[in-house]
Amino acid sequence: MSGTQTTYNDKVVRQFAVMTVIWGIVGMLVGVIIAAQLVWPELNIGWLHFGRLRPLHTNAVIFAFGGCALFATSYWCVQRTGHTRLWGGPLIPFTFWGWQIVILLAAVSLPLGITTGKEYAELEWPIDILITLVWVSYGLVFFGTIAKRTVSHIYVANWFFGAMIVAVALLHLVNSCEVPVGFLRSYSCYAGVQDAMIQWWYGHNAVGFFLTAGFLGMMYYFVPKQAGRPVYSYRLSVVHFWALIFTYMWAGPHHLHYTALPDWTQSVGMIFSLILLAPSWGGMINGIMTLSGAWHKLRDDPILKFLITSLSFYGMSTFEGPMMSIKTVNALSHYTDWTVGHVHSGALGWVAMVSIGSMYYLLPRLFGKAEMFSTKLITVHFWIATIGTVLYIAATWISGVMQGLMWRAVNTDGTLAYSFVESVKGSYPFWAIRWLGGVLFLTGMLIMAYNMFKTMAGGNTKDVPVVAAVAHHA
Amino acid sequence: MDINDLRSIVTVGGLLCFLAIVGWAYGKGSKKGFEEAANLPFAEHDDEDVVPSASHPR
Repeated sequence: MSGTQTTYNDKVVRQFAVMTVIWGIVGMLVGVIIAAQLVWPELNIGWLHFGRLRPLHTNAVIFAFGGCALFATSYWCVQRTGHTRLWGGPLIPFTFWGWQIVILLAAVSLPLGITTGKEYAELEWPIDILITLVWVSYGLVFFGTIAKRTVSHIYVANWFFGAMIVAVALLHLVNSCEVPVGFLRSYSCYAGVQDAMIQWWYGHNAVGFFLTAGFLGMMYYFVPKQAGRPVYSYRLSVVHFWALIFTYMWAGPHHLHYTALPDWTQSVGMIFSLILLAPSWGGMINGIMTLSGAWHKLRDDPILKFLITSLSFYGMSTFEGPMMSIKTVNALSHYTDWTVGHVHSGALGWVAMVSIGSMYYLLPRLFGKAEMFSTKLITVHFWIATIGTVLYIAATWISGVMQGLMWRAVNTDGTLAYSFVESVKGSYPFWAIRWLGGVLFLTGMLIMAYNMFKTMAGGNTKDVPVVAAVAHHA
Repeated sequence: MDINDLRSIVTVGGLLCFLAIVGWAYGKGSKKGFEEAANLPFAEHDDEDVVPSASHPR
């Protein structure tokens, strides 16, 4: 097929990119609200109390914000690096509208208390079926496009996106196996410790494949593009990919240290989590070193700042994670705010920042502009987001370690030195700082939305022709 | 042979498979293909100023 006849399908990318920003604001706003509820408990009003809103926050930021970012970037990347138009006809708009309906159903059902009670898999069985349909369509569109690519190689970013799609399908199907006992109620197929193990096999691989592999795909496309040079080492990226694939699946048991889970299973989880440090850092170094010889670009390009800072946070949280999976460390950190801080150093610092950087790359191109409406506002967004993230994670680290130490402290006669409520009291100032960090991060997203709408105004949304692949000679 | 032998075989097989991938990735034969693949993102309308060479001879 001649390159001048077909165009790229950027409509769906445009839709997902805009919704990434919108859902980011919604999800982070709910996060700010529940952070405020911890500081000012009187804000827990009726149905909108912490227990109902917290799953809404996690689902909105992971699946609505993160999910839309993954759809947008993977659809863009697979077309650009495959030099072909997206395959799939009506399946393509179905992935967009279907995913939006899933998000809306989550936004309604979770505050109503309709939940399976499985963390990050709270949605009830009718919604699970819709997720499955959308996800299978996504896989068909993505791999269908890979199949009709006009170049021989499959670029490494597409391997990561593809692994994300396959693994998430597997995780969703296994963990959502449930017996319906009515339209809005079901029970898990598994019982007891097996149920817990399957839940955290799902939970940790949702982190490993949805929040890591997918966003690494983003990194392997947008960092080289924005830096204007190929990835530091393609060989390392291949080894990075397979090392992640071989190890992530076995790390889940570290969520169940000192529980009814057999001790050897806990140890396996801990060891695989420690091994994970190597591929994670390999990937981080590969991304950051892509800038080697072009470090000056970091000085005045806020999009690169977002992308490279996201990799620094990725490195930080993938060092912290293996450390926290060590049983003796976990004995201190588990069930405290330290875990929450760890998650947010990954979620705000890595996932959100790499997505934000990628969106700032995509948005002008999607609306026929040379650059965003205001580059200065991107810089402002970058600093507000970075300060917000640092405030958030520092506050939760301190309160987390404090809680862990207070809960384990015993008097000489063996009784607990502190009551639980004393640790709550001690946490108050840090919860206020954490709330402030969240407010800053949300403010950054509002600036981004303003910048986005200004960039969209009067934009050109005509699809651009597919570029015929030309072989590069090294 | 009980199921634990099978489990051991799968584990060791997985490790060997991974080591084979590492050997392949760092072998001489894959170098040219990897260089082509690494430059795949740079064939776009806005890439005229990008020099599509292997600036990282690794």
